[in-house]
Amino acid sequence: MSTLSEQGGVIYSRLIAREGDESTYELFIGPQHPASGHMRFIVRLEGDVIVSVDPDIGYVHRTMEKLAEGREVIKSIPLLERMTIIDSHNVTLGLVRAIEKLLDVEPPPRARYLRTLLSEINRIASHLYGMGIAGIMLNHSTMFMWAFGDREVWLQLAEELTGARLTHTYSIPGGVRRDLPQGFADKAEKAVRYMERRLKDYMAVFFENPQVRARYEGVGVLKKSEASRLGIVGPNLRASGIKYDARLAEDYAAYSELEFEVPTHEEGDAMARMLVRIEEIKQSMNIIRQILRKIPDGSILADKYVRLLPPPLREQVAKTGRVKFPGIFATLKLPEGDAVSRVEMGHGEIFYHVTGNGSTKPYRLRVVTPSFRNVILFRYLAPGHRFMDFPAIYGSLDYFPPEADR
Amino acid sequence: MSGVELASLVEQRLRERGFEAQAVRSVVKVKATPERLRELAEEVLRMGFDHLASIEGIDWPQDGVIEVVYHAESYREDLRGVLVEIRVRAPRDTPRLPSLIDVWPNAILLERETWEMLGVVFEGNPDLRQLLLPPDWSGPPPLRKDFKVVEEGVYVDVE
Repeated sequence: MSTLSEQGGVIYSRLIAREGDESTYELFIGPQHPASGHMRFIVRLEGDVIVSVDPDIGYVHRTMEKLAEGREVIKSIPLLERMTIIDSHNVTLGLVRAIEKLLDVEPPPRARYLRTLLSEINRIASHLYGMGIAGIMLNHSTMFMWAFGDREVWLQLAEELTGARLTHTYSIPGGVRRDLPQGFADKAEKAVRYMERRLKDYMAVFFENPQVRARYEGVGVLKKSEASRLGIVGPNLRASGIKYDARLAEDYAAYSELEFEVPTHEEGDAMARMLVRIEEIKQSMNIIRQILRKIPDGSILADKYVRLLPPPLREQVAKTGRVKFPGIFATLKLPEGDAVSRVEMGHGEIFYHVTGNGSTKPYRLRVVTPSFRNVILFRYLAPGHRFMDFPAIYGSLDYFPPEADR
Repeated sequence: MSGVELASLVEQRLRERGFEAQAVRSVVKVKATPERLRELAEEVLRMGFDHLASIEGIDWPQDGVIEVVYHAESYREDLRGVLVEIRVRAPRDTPRLPSLIDVWPNAILLERETWEMLGVVFEGNPDLRQLLLPPDWSGPPPLRKDFKVVEEGVYVDVE
């Protein structure tokens, strides 16, 4: 190894999967384990101390990049949102941004606010899902049932807004598909107040529980320099003290017009990762309130596409607030060239690179999901810990197997 | 400093080292040859881009090349809006590139995926095993253009 590599403070030997001799015990977890989801870990142990973890992630491989290359680009929106079905709008927002950059379309302001609104609702639901799973991994069923029950509040809000519980397909190139329904602001306000109350209960029952603290504090510590060198994303990164968020780095949706903070922690352990999520939920609710207060009036689809509609249909779209796709949408031609976009999901930053060659289908559509970038942490954090710490580390990473396994 | 200004600064510095660089919006696009890839990567790392956002391969069968695209990213506050895109071309029948895991440690899984999906061999990566595909997979690398996805018809044929 060159001297360059040693500056960053990453311990390379932890990244290489090892076979071990006869004294190591090889334990397969999953792919059907209640905690592991659709993936398998090959854990090598000496006594009950973890020597190495080899994550074997390919159990739901859905070939999304390849399938997207064989379809009209508009069809890849409902295809790719199934990657992270619990956070489906944030997933597709990146794709839509990349397509918009290629096609040179900008969404109108109202559409940008609506996108932000759904993104934040999705982020809260995604964090609650992650916290529930983390709870059940510590055998804390109350946390699991509470978080999953409260997630329903946000799913219902999303359904009210988009018409679909999970797969919203809300953003389309140039705008969004539906306008804000009547009376939405009141319902959202109610949900926010309810959630604020519930977060206090979560703190009392789960995060301040001495058992939970004992399992989480000082476990799976990721140092600041390591987090940056390993390219970790999302709350896992911010829990190590790096103030980075794609919402700040990339100018998308209405984030530059809204005020919010990016919560960070310095410890970098499992507890910090969970607490960052709690604070992010609070920030998301703050953003939702701001949006509902200052959402501008106007069209929800770019003029460029509205003009393609026949006049009677244009009136109908304006009146009902629901977009009927202009015929050209089925055959949008991607010009030659490429576009990159980064968007912050609940789990972290998602990266898209779309290459067009003048046809209706993308020549190459590359997506790197946050869970795929975080999967390296299983290898990196677990060695040296006792086996009982493994579920605690896994739960705190908020890892979503089907997302890594695009 | 805005992302665009910063990108042009990065572009300038890479040009001084003799690389073909071009800043498009906030993405600095650099072309490299397999021989100079390592030198370029270390230079980009020294500028503060300390991890990769992605490695991908693009298959161009008509030119007989596979293009490997690296996107380097930084969490530093002054660099966070900028991405450095490195493109390297390798011959399609024997694509071999040096591994960059000691420059960017998180390349370890990304290189493994590119090896599996496009058949690009990264010399020096000790971990080139199947990642997403089943371990007994045989056949061409699936993201090459000559691999066709067999799709089932929409309608069931009635005999």
